[in-house]
Amino acid sequence: MSRRKNVGIWAYSVFVLLPVYWLINMSFKSNEEILGTFSLWPQHFTWANYQVIFTDPSWYNGYFNSIYYVVLNSIITLIVALPAAYAFSRYKFVGDKHLFFWLLTNRMAPPAVFLLPFFQLYSSVGLFDTHIAVALAHCLFSVPLAVWILEGFMSSVPKEIDETAYIDGYSFPRFFIRIFLPLISSGIGVTVFFSFMFSWVELLLARTLTSVEAKPIAAIMTRTIGASGVDWGVLAAAGVLTIIPGILVIYFVRNHVAKGFALGRV
Amino acid sequence: MNKTQNNKAWFLVLPVFLLVAFSAIIPLMTVVNYSVQDIFDQNSAYFVGVEWYREVLQDPRLQDSLMRQFMYSGSVLAIEIPLGIAVALMMPTRGAMASLSLIVLAIPLLIPWNVVGTIWQIFARADIGLLGYVINGMGIDYNYANNPIDAWMTVVLMDVWHWTSLIALLCYSGLRAIPDAYYQAAKIDRASNWAIFKYIQLPKLKGVLIIGILLRFMDSFMIYTEPFVLTGGGPGNSTTFLSQTLTKMAIGQFDIGPAAAFSIIYFLIVLLVSWLFFTTISQLDKDKSKEMSHES
Repeated sequence: MSRRKNVGIWAYSVFVLLPVYWLINMSFKSNEEILGTFSLWPQHFTWANYQVIFTDPSWYNGYFNSIYYVVLNSIITLIVALPAAYAFSRYKFVGDKHLFFWLLTNRMAPPAVFLLPFFQLYSSVGLFDTHIAVALAHCLFSVPLAVWILEGFMSSVPKEIDETAYIDGYSFPRFFIRIFLPLISSGIGVTVFFSFMFSWVELLLARTLTSVEAKPIAAIMTRTIGASGVDWGVLAAAGVLTIIPGILVIYFVRNHVAKGFALGRV
Repeated sequence: MNKTQNNKAWFLVLPVFLLVAFSAIIPLMTVVNYSVQDIFDQNSAYFVGVEWYREVLQDPRLQDSLMRQFMYSGSVLAIEIPLGIAVALMMPTRGAMASLSLIVLAIPLLIPWNVVGTIWQIFARADIGLLGYVINGMGIDYNYANNPIDAWMTVVLMDVWHWTSLIALLCYSGLRAIPDAYYQAAKIDRASNWAIFKYIQLPKLKGVLIIGILLRFMDSFMIYTEPFVLTGGGPGNSTTFLSQTLTKMAIGQFDIGPAAAFSIIYFLIVLLVSWLFFTTISQLDKDKSKEMSHES
């Protein structure tokens, strides 16, 4: 049984990694080699594709823009989701049952036509082409899940801890920051992972709300497709570079992710 | 945990409410506004009532892409849910291998969606991609840019690659929450693997599966970026899903009124299906717990 399991998980891992490997493989080839010969690894290894990206500010600024709004998004998400999750985990109040489902429904709006109102809304409040606009828009995806995950973690902290702290003379803000937050630190880690995940991978809203100053890397990548065909090598290199931040984040939270889901309520 | 009734808790929820309302309700209202007007330019718009709704419901293009959309969401769910559960059951439970497989599984989830499209666009090409090259090498004529069936299969395969991990990770965490004592009891009873799965593991997975199915349904129903990059909706219209048809209408042809009307219908379909699913499951849950309390 155990051996069969191992074979299965190895096979699935290969399925997951092969397409990624192929992208990495291509990023180290020149375009002539990509189109000319078929090989499982680069025959004439080259860093040229990466050099194109690292020497051109209009390329590498895309990465900084993306990282900037993703970090902003995580911070905003945490600031609003922490108190809300606390309310859900500790109190009953009018409409609490429906509120979570309502939060989820906001993920259900088809993006295509909503892009135009989004553009108009953020232009009219003067936020067009800023990082904060993208961060705010992405809260639509990240906040509902953040509330869900954090509430699970908070519910596993016994209520007696709150009460003891009040008896000891802690005010609510002081209790929340000094005592409560450290107790759910792994939950915060998982929440950051998910905010990162949904903000980093999204392109449509990010592209619509930006033009130059805050343009995300995913939108800049489309320029490799030009009149003379596709610059496969640079496209592959840019793709590889977008995978790295994700792998770093998952590495740091790997031991908490499993716990994070299991605690969340449905 | 027993919670205290306290309506002041709304103040704690208020920031979330305001933030989401700003980004959700205002655009939604704008779309509703578009959907009942005929807009020529900024200054001249005429109220047309339900005209656009009537028109789009009879539009064969939209009906076709709606059908394709249901088929697509149905097929990816039918593959991803069982496969995700199977992968979760196979994952090592502790040690370095457990961390490693978690990281490997999470990789597809963390790749920007257009890069996912790009990866598969390259990977499946017959001339430069490993998958296309190998399939053609086996003597099967495969070209996702010309053959609708190949295109369809490639898009589904891409989605399976991209999202099965989410189901697997959710189930993996659900499985970790099962106490060892359950398995020991099953061992004493000499339960078969299938019985363990059916009576111990699957019931415990219900919670995570509900959220997983909801998320997968919503996201697959609104898929846009990945097929757009991979096939551009082609060949013909075979992989043009609903979002893409709408985008073409709204931006390509400036038919904002009809596109908005259809967006509202679209939104309502997703909402209705999710709501039905959600309430049915929680109703079943309630009935079951009632039964249990009667028995005991």
